[in-house]
Amino acid sequence: MKTLADLEAIRKRTLDNLNTRKDEHSTRVVVGMATCGIAAGARPVMAAFIDEVAKRNLHQVTISQTGCIGLCRLEPIVEITKADEEKVTYCKVTPEIAREIVASHLVNGTVIQKYTIGHIENN
Amino acid sequence: MRELSLHILDIAQNSITAGASLVTIRIDEQSANDLLTIAIEDDGRGMSEELQKTVNDPFTTTRSTRKIGLGIPLMKAGALRSGGDLAIQSELGKGTKLTATYRLGNIDRPPLGNIAETILSLVAGNPHSPDFILDYRVGEASYSFDTRTIREALKGLPLNLPEVMAWFKDNLKEGIQELHGGA
Repeated sequence: MKTLADLEAIRKRTLDNLNTRKDEHSTRVVVGMATCGIAAGARPVMAAFIDEVAKRNLHQVTISQTGCIGLCRLEPIVEITKADEEKVTYCKVTPEIAREIVASHLVNGTVIQKYTIGHIENN
Repeated sequence: MRELSLHILDIAQNSITAGASLVTIRIDEQSANDLLTIAIEDDGRGMSEELQKTVNDPFTTTRSTRKIGLGIPLMKAGALRSGGDLAIQSELGKGTKLTATYRLGNIDRPPLGNIAETILSLVAGNPHSPDFILDYRVGEASYSFDTRTIREALKGLPLNLPEVMAWFKDNLKEGIQELHGGA
């Protein structure tokens, strides 16, 4: 069973990492979590991001949520903002696509065009 | 929405939008009474009497992007279909409590689904505020999860650190599994 005592160990371990985290460029992952997003499957997408970011120990990545941005038919929508780069909006994201985005976009810096809003809306 | 845990996630989002600092989620499964109760309570800004009168109407919403809001009407329809009901108590400036009941054995009752993932999404998406309490009872057994205790143990570290999220996931999964006899 996971106990609060485990958290103390995590805390000690992380304090060292956190000092290095400040120097790295941060990346934000924002998942749409209004009724439309949730109904379209945003929760497993969020869970996939949490899981993949934890597995790869990506300390510079913060995951958060937002409400309805008015494009309900394209949900689940995920926005990725990397420091000094333009925001990328991915649409109709699934947990599998979420894991691809982590590997390709967050880790290797390559935007996956075929899942972006520009590509999906124009094809 | 196919799972009640998705409705819980959806309703808790309303509490967050209402500026709550504490959101309490209670789930109570009592097979002796054939009753499942889900309550989501917050200390947010509450609703005016006028809003409370129209809150079950799909054409009421606070969102600015569209004119319909389906969260509460959908959840209410599901409760009514399962031999239960949905009630909202709210006071301006104090907070809101939504209680939904279901006949546990009703064939139309949606499954609870992945409660752990709902709590995980809420905490990950809102690491600074509000705090969340999960109080989950099955018969005599109970499991509870309180982000205030966790925040205290972390002494100022953010809740959404990857290692902490992994710990949450395991803690929630194990705790909820044990409620159902470890199956």
